[in-house]
Amino acid sequence: MSPSPASTLSAADLRTSPGRRARSALARWLFLLAAAATVLVSALIIWTVVSEAWTFISQVAFDKLADIGWFPRRGLFDLSTLLVNSAQISLIAMAVAVPSGFGSAVYLSEYAHPRVRRVMKPTLELLASVPSVVLGVFAISFITPSILSPFFSEINFFNKLAAGIAVGLLVIPLIASIAEDALRAVPVSLREASAGLGARKITTSIRVVLPAAMSGLMAATVVGFSRAIGETMVVTIASGGGDTSLFNLSWMESGGTITSAMASLGLGTDQVAGNDLAFQSLYFLGALLFVITLGLNMIGDQIVRRLREKY
Amino acid sequence: MTEERVTEEREQVPVSTARIDVSGVTTAATTGTRTEVNTVFECSGVDVYYGDFRALRDVTLDVAEHEVTALIGPSGCGKSTFLRCFNRMNDLIEGARVEGTVNYHGVDLYQAEIDPVEVRRRIGMVFQKPNPFPKSIYDNIAYGPRLAGARKSALDDIIERSLIRAALWEEVKDRLKSSAYGLSGGQQQRLCIARAIAVEPDVVLMDEPCSALDPIATGRIEELIAELKTDYTIVIVTHNMQQAARISDMTAFFSVQLNERGTRTGELVEFAPTSHIFTKPDDQRTEAYITGRVG
Amino acid sequence: MTVLSTPVGIATSAADTLRRRPGADMAGAAFKWLLIGATVFATGFLAVLLGVMIVDGWDVLSGNLVHFLTHGFSQRSATDAGVWQGIIGSLQVALVTGVFAIPIGIATAIYLVEYAEGSRFARLVELNIRNLAGVPSIVYGLLGLAVFVKTLSGFTQGKTVIAGGMTLAAMVLPIVVITSVEALKAVPSSLREAAYGVGATKWEVLSRQVLPAAMSTILTGTVLSLARALGEAAPLILVGAATGFLRFGDANFAETFTGPYTALPVLILNFAQQPGDDWGTNAAAASVVILVLVLMVNGVAIYLRNRFEKQW
Repeated sequence: MSPSPASTLSAADLRTSPGRRARSALARWLFLLAAAATVLVSALIIWTVVSEAWTFISQVAFDKLADIGWFPRRGLFDLSTLLVNSAQISLIAMAVAVPSGFGSAVYLSEYAHPRVRRVMKPTLELLASVPSVVLGVFAISFITPSILSPFFSEINFFNKLAAGIAVGLLVIPLIASIAEDALRAVPVSLREASAGLGARKITTSIRVVLPAAMSGLMAATVVGFSRAIGETMVVTIASGGGDTSLFNLSWMESGGTITSAMASLGLGTDQVAGNDLAFQSLYFLGALLFVITLGLNMIGDQIVRRLREKY
Repeated sequence: MTEERVTEEREQVPVSTARIDVSGVTTAATTGTRTEVNTVFECSGVDVYYGDFRALRDVTLDVAEHEVTALIGPSGCGKSTFLRCFNRMNDLIEGARVEGTVNYHGVDLYQAEIDPVEVRRRIGMVFQKPNPFPKSIYDNIAYGPRLAGARKSALDDIIERSLIRAALWEEVKDRLKSSAYGLSGGQQQRLCIARAIAVEPDVVLMDEPCSALDPIATGRIEELIAELKTDYTIVIVTHNMQQAARISDMTAFFSVQLNERGTRTGELVEFAPTSHIFTKPDDQRTEAYITGRVG
Repeated sequence: MTVLSTPVGIATSAADTLRRRPGADMAGAAFKWLLIGATVFATGFLAVLLGVMIVDGWDVLSGNLVHFLTHGFSQRSATDAGVWQGIIGSLQVALVTGVFAIPIGIATAIYLVEYAEGSRFARLVELNIRNLAGVPSIVYGLLGLAVFVKTLSGFTQGKTVIAGGMTLAAMVLPIVVITSVEALKAVPSSLREAAYGVGATKWEVLSRQVLPAAMSTILTGTVLSLARALGEAAPLILVGAATGFLRFGDANFAETFTGPYTALPVLILNFAQQPGDDWGTNAAAASVVILVLVLMVNGVAIYLRNRFEKQW
């Protein structure tokens, strides 16, 4: 009477219902579309920046790219002014961020009690989200008047030193976080080998753990430097407020960077006056910044990848 | 040429086993007073805790000078934990606590005034997986002597001697400045042994030094251990009973006890001359383990 | 060979040589304190920052706070000026940012982890995300100005909250993707296999098992990315957040999305660039407001993480 199950089974029974299959296929296409959108963002960045920057390059008189300073509305686009200021401020930032970032990374990975580490890691994340405008305000309302002025009486109200220090504070969490990851990636067995030979903790940290994590620490520095170069608001508030700047090498003077020059041009996009190329120079600077930071990040990425292969 | 050397080494293994029997006789049983040998470690009532969890209970045994003492037992029995009591490596683990006494030449290693760093300079260690530093072969071995303040001029000599002693010199003498990571696993482990003995320790602790190696490399390390005991006292953890039988003078068998709370605590079941353990063990559990019925 | 033999006098001298010598590890102690100093410096400046801003902004925070929080910008005098428009604008921008970044970001992560691991296109997407994460925020402003403000002006109505939000969405997209990928990878494959084993389709496995399991971590990441968007000013300057006077008239809520707007960090920039101590006080007070806002959002993220933290 009742047939055995095998005799009634047909291929149709093993087919998913069309509705369920369609939903699954649709979902797949939506996810693929989203992934494609992220690539589109990159493509659009490159396309807009490059095309507008090209307009600038093809129209600017090249002798204007090396002059007394950056005066876009007067048609003077001295790149060295901005590059030197960017480099100076970023170097000051690294002088602040690297010792402190590495120091806290070594403390957290080698010395801190797990409970301390559990508190400090989220604190670092928290610091990473401090808005950069606030650090800009901090630079002009505290760093310059309360910290720098007592030592340098002739320091300008807007100056590269304070801007660099504030950018450094901003970059510390990033550097500390990458460096800590690199230190933690060093196998425990190396620390044990060192301890087993009668090395104290300081010796193990300095002679074994730090050298073993060297590529990760270098990556942290490179990525941090890239971040410092790209930082905009701190510099706009604390050093490069105006949209013009005269070439100078002094740390105690104000000076605009690639980013602050862009911000200043942006602040004036409604009332662009004077030289027609001022607006296009914004994109040219964007292209320059994009290439510099992309290059640095790719170097950092490469170093990190090599680190991963080692262990 | 290497082929030849390898077979030669394999044949030498039984020779070292034969020696064990001789020294085994000179040693009095279990924890009684030793008459003819100096005692390096006297452990009594050693408990090890990780936080609230008791990993090891009430271990009492002595380690004699210039002997190989093997610690064997199933995994999780606390043999590695116990090994790490000898040079206070357990201090490095957060929350680890050692109770009872571990006397080293009559000095309690766990009294407050003892500096664990000094302890580890005298009591070297070789680990389960070869763990050379990511430096050159030369710098790996020079690491310890440099810590101890060895002069630069003395280093070359120390390195050559240590490598010869670890039977690695011939293979690496032409590439001392190249990375230790370029060596094979067995060579790396011999490098780690050379690194350990370069600081002229009194004792060498070995935590399953062959578990990551192939049989040929294992044979070489075993041969090396047999040679090293003329100069050093060796305590070795192994999960390989045949290895313990081949190379050790004394054997301590550890086992795991399941507590009512479901946690596992290791304990020492039997400690006796190796020949005794492997021929007529006193304890049922030891016999079951060495005959392969458990674990 | 003889040199390597056991020290003979060890039995008698052991106790002395093993003893802790006072000062033997002075360098180690100094090093440790140096590291603690670095850590205190790295994390402690937040307290200094907050303290300085509270002190500098005290006149406003103590006497005038309600007015400051509820009134719009004023060109005329610092004491009249408030941050209300900035707060509203920032929240609106963050809302638009979330609407665009969260679905696209999570969907991209799902594609990378669940559908395409290892394919050539997936590797391209991954590389692209890593590089986007390092692009300076102001460059996103250029993208926003050219694409969202100009090319897509039919949709965004030009320099509006929508254009600003989309710009910041592009900026935080990599963060959302990276945290979501990590969250999805942390879901054990046994969970997926169990669901497949009872005959679920891929979509059913994802929507009913994997996503719920990963959601708390994904949520934490997205909330953190919104905190980042709240504090960002540079790209908004380029896509036209007003930095000066802004009429905030009778427009209803929907219309405010397509009209002129400003954002809290942009207002702070404006305050900081005005001459005079009164404006400095405003800048400090507004900094306290934005710090509190950002810390609150971070607090929510940390709460979410602790509340739903799973052990696999």
